[in-house]
Amino acid sequence: MSSLTKPSLVRHRPRWLARLGPEVNLGDFSFRGATAFFALIVVFVVVAMAIEMWGTSAASIERFGWSFVTGRDWDPVREQFGALPFIYGTLVSSSLALVIAVPISLGVAIFLGELAPPWVRGPIGFLVELLAAVPSVIYGLWGIFALAPFLRNVVEPWLGKWLGFLPLFQGPHQGFGMLAGGVILSIMIIPTISSVSREVLRAVPSIYREGALALGATRWEAVRHAVLPVARSGLVGAVILGLGRALGETMAITMLIGNRADISASLFAPGYTMASVIANEFTEATGEVYLAALAEIGLLLFVVTLLLNVVARLLVWRVGRLPEGARS
Amino acid sequence: MISRRALLPVLFATVLLPFGCKSEPSTGADGKPGGAVTLNGAGATFPYPLYSKWMSEYNRQHPDIRINYQSIGSGGGIRQITAGTVDFGASDAPMTPDEEKAAPSKLAHIPATLGAVVVTYNLEGQSAPLKLTPEALSGIFLGVITKWSDPKLADANPGAKLPDKDIAVVYRSDGSGTTAVFTDYLATVSPEFKDKVGAGKSVKWPKGLGAKGNEGVTGQVKTTPNTIGYVELAYATQNKLPTAAIKNKSGRFVEPSIDAITAAAAGVTMPDSLTVSLANPEGEAAYPIASFSYLLVHEDTKDAAKGRALARFIWWAVHDGQKLGKDLHYAPLPEPVVKKVEERLKALSSGGQKLLAGT
Repeated sequence: MSSLTKPSLVRHRPRWLARLGPEVNLGDFSFRGATAFFALIVVFVVVAMAIEMWGTSAASIERFGWSFVTGRDWDPVREQFGALPFIYGTLVSSSLALVIAVPISLGVAIFLGELAPPWVRGPIGFLVELLAAVPSVIYGLWGIFALAPFLRNVVEPWLGKWLGFLPLFQGPHQGFGMLAGGVILSIMIIPTISSVSREVLRAVPSIYREGALALGATRWEAVRHAVLPVARSGLVGAVILGLGRALGETMAITMLIGNRADISASLFAPGYTMASVIANEFTEATGEVYLAALAEIGLLLFVVTLLLNVVARLLVWRVGRLPEGARS
Repeated sequence: MISRRALLPVLFATVLLPFGCKSEPSTGADGKPGGAVTLNGAGATFPYPLYSKWMSEYNRQHPDIRINYQSIGSGGGIRQITAGTVDFGASDAPMTPDEEKAAPSKLAHIPATLGAVVVTYNLEGQSAPLKLTPEALSGIFLGVITKWSDPKLADANPGAKLPDKDIAVVYRSDGSGTTAVFTDYLATVSPEFKDKVGAGKSVKWPKGLGAKGNEGVTGQVKTTPNTIGYVELAYATQNKLPTAAIKNKSGRFVEPSIDAITAAAAGVTMPDSLTVSLANPEGEAAYPIASFSYLLVHEDTKDAAKGRALARFIWWAVHDGQKLGKDLHYAPLPEPVVKKVEERLKALSSGGQKLLAGT
């Protein structure tokens, strides 16, 4: 008939097709199918990566089992592999990075979002974003030639002198080590945390701020009591995103952390992270167990990063959907 | 104005145009007369500058033969030739028996060039190169000798004022042929080192910090006082790093140089397998921490044209190519080794037929 010139599924729609979806138009149906296909490709890639890594690490999982996660010995010559020093190194360097970066990033986000005059907001915001654009290797080079000597000659002696009674600040001052790694990571994650935090703070309805200010609160009180509690889960999400970036960072940290698979209480001591050991040793690794051990470290890192990112996304999403007048 | 609709087919045709043009055949000639041959290789990073120069020079002389080389590391080279994705591999250290077993067909090791590992350091006020005995060197890297003022170091360096400071040790964090050669030497001269640490591309160092690549070790040694580390000779020469003189088997302190390395290679009888360790060899002028770098080729290759091109290239490399190495700080192979390589190249075959018959 004349009105139905486009192909339609209405008249000839078999029941199985009706079950697939509500579209009555072939165009819409194909559109949904195509976009669903693309989405599935992404899921497929992630799943395929996980399966592939599991397969490659099979020899190591078989040989070491759970003792891989608790073992402290990484000896390629004797084929003894334990991942604990790397897990420790990754967690400590990332935690240190968070300890340094979170106050700074939140400060930047609050300043730029709530307190800064408009003519300051643009340039500073831009500069902070620019930090994220600097390649990792450049951070590493700057770290070797500028940061490490500075730490060795100025910061570590000072910390050793005043806080040397803590085991955290004992040991020789080498510049390269956990402290250098933590500092460089913190610089690298500040742009991530601050930009997501800015968005989260912006998503808080202004009625909260206005209400607090109307009741006589100072700017700080308004931010602290009215805005931050509402944005809390989103801010935590931002921090976790920064943590995710810190966990996966490879080049800059391998150039500064000393690459020594030891567990030490001191921040001045060298360490080793999961990403660094894979980057360092994978190209030359020969031998089934050696390769499998490195792949298993990759699998551990992959799982941890994936979990953290999922949690972070959920938290950030939750703030974005906050309805008017509701409390978290 | 050209309408957008009309422009579309024109753009489409332009994009497809290159696919329609016939390009000259560049791969796998299968023995067609006058056909071009492309060879692919992968492996060690140490000889990469030399191989790169060889391949471009050879291509200049023989435009129909193109050779590509990817420096992905010795381990990668062994993996690729085992998997059959490349025509030849390159490795600083010879393949282990396990690796040879995993290879689909028998692989020949052809020594292509010589290199050395030098010990570099950062010490104030040293005018002459530091003299190190094998005991001192292994003691430092074992963590047994902890201060520069230790008697073992002072005895060998009577004129030098060594500070009473801790020795900061730097090693390679990435797996590398350099570490393999250095640990091979230390394991040869020190039973304690062999027992505690062992030799390999990646080892568990008892003491020190790891830096990535020759560049990383150099950076760390240069910026941190009282540090000692090890790098490739070519690297040390180009960056003008201070290098230590090591006591060789004959008792002389030898500074690393091209001639000293060739002397080291000459002092060792090359077995038929063509793989030999050059750690602490005989010879008055020999530098004790040198090594060959090997090319890995199939003894019996499936593709005769490629095999022949490769065999001819290696023949050229071990004869004329050696001269090109001097400028790049690679030591030439000594004559007896070249003779043995010639015999091995003549023995390479494809399907039973010798590749270089009639050369």
